[in-house]
Amino acid sequence: MNEKIRNSLAKLGGLSVSVENLADDADLYAAGLSSFASVQLMLSLEEAFDIEFPDSMLNRKSFASIAAIERTVALIVEDRKVA
Amino acid sequence: MNAPLKSIDTSLNARAHRVAAVSSRHADQVDAEGRFPREAIEAMKAERLLAIQIPTAFGGEGASLSEIADVCSVLGQACASSAMIFAMHQIKVSSLVSHGADASWHQAFMRRIAAEQLLLASATTEAGIGGNLRNSICAIESDGETCRLEKDASVISYGKEADAILVTSRAHKDAAPSDQVMTVFLRNQYSLEQTHVWDTMGMRGTCSDGFLFKAEAPAVQILPHPFAEIAAQSMLATSHLLWSAVWYGIAVDAFARAQAFVRAAARKSPGAPPPGALHLAEVSNQLQMVRSNVVAGLNAYEDALVHTDRLSSMGFAVAMNNVKIASSEMILAIINRTLLICGILGYKNGTPYSLGRHLRDAHSAQLMISNDRILANTANMLLIHKQDTNLLG
Repeated sequence: MNEKIRNSLAKLGGLSVSVENLADDADLYAAGLSSFASVQLMLSLEEAFDIEFPDSMLNRKSFASIAAIERTVALIVEDRKVA
Repeated sequence: MNAPLKSIDTSLNARAHRVAAVSSRHADQVDAEGRFPREAIEAMKAERLLAIQIPTAFGGEGASLSEIADVCSVLGQACASSAMIFAMHQIKVSSLVSHGADASWHQAFMRRIAAEQLLLASATTEAGIGGNLRNSICAIESDGETCRLEKDASVISYGKEADAILVTSRAHKDAAPSDQVMTVFLRNQYSLEQTHVWDTMGMRGTCSDGFLFKAEAPAVQILPHPFAEIAAQSMLATSHLLWSAVWYGIAVDAFARAQAFVRAAARKSPGAPPPGALHLAEVSNQLQMVRSNVVAGLNAYEDALVHTDRLSSMGFAVAMNNVKIASSEMILAIINRTLLICGILGYKNGTPYSLGRHLRDAHSAQLMISNDRILANTANMLLIHKQDTNLLG
């Protein structure tokens, strides 16, 4: 999952630093993730993991770092298994 | 027998009306000369309106955003420029209240604002960023003790008259354009070299000249939260709501003039329905829609303050964007129609029905943060966000 997220981020994040050198807990907004790019990133993650982000998760916190995105995606995938 | 002293109404609304009485006397001159509405701002200070938003713990009155919006709409009926200055000042205060209350320097500064009724201005616009205040080119330099900043600020509204300016910049020299901080600089800590003159169609009294801004101050004056948070959680909402309240005020006064015109005609020829009466009914309807829109936005904001996750949610951002788009477009439709009602007397300056200033001031609404930019922002969010369409939210 980490790799897929990094791929999307590299393609659409528009970051000012290279994604390879980014720690999992590095602040993506500080790395230059704009609000426009964050939506493009979310769309690509929806496609990559075949999920839909519920509105309750569409906030800055859920996408603040690679680790946060992993948690967000994992939560949705978990929920789907239960359902 | 001595008459008892008439007690003074100290409610916010009454204080706002006293300020409006002063600013309406000078509104036409402020507009014609494009000068700072000194008398109105002095009256705001005398009525101690500049610190109403600051919590009582720091010497203010802890007024809610709805109460402040009400003041904006009262002021907007008298003089849009001074009302907009008041709104912009309050938007800056909201950044301090929401994101400076845990920092001792900013706490002390809030006490000073309350005690001395300081006027705050904002330098978020920069030459070269294309109007996107979430990007900066300039970067603040800080050695931990002292910070320095130079900014080519293409607009600083009432910059020359302010007691302090809140300035955005990149967080450090290697920071990404969107990695920003906001810093408070006091009047004696900066110099302003004027680069642009604000000679505009309307909102002329805001004196939104451009300056080369250079400052040096203790580093503790940098707000301790990223500007991204300040923008999302306080600036976006307070700007759209308080601006909309000012614009509503402009439309209210245009409506009042049109109604006075229709009533005067009706009194002169009783029995015959005056021309323009139907237009007035339509304007009344549009005015109510603007008011409902602003009030719904204010309620959404007060709700989000309690459920703080909501403040930085997409749903809230979309709702606030929509408030701004709707009110900025509708006031133009309203004032255009009042002009049809008042006819040549509305078109002419210096009559009780003059609407030129209203119309010119109102035209700023679609441009201050261009509606195209806001719609593009909403359009982007709607790629992923599912709008709340429940009637009662």
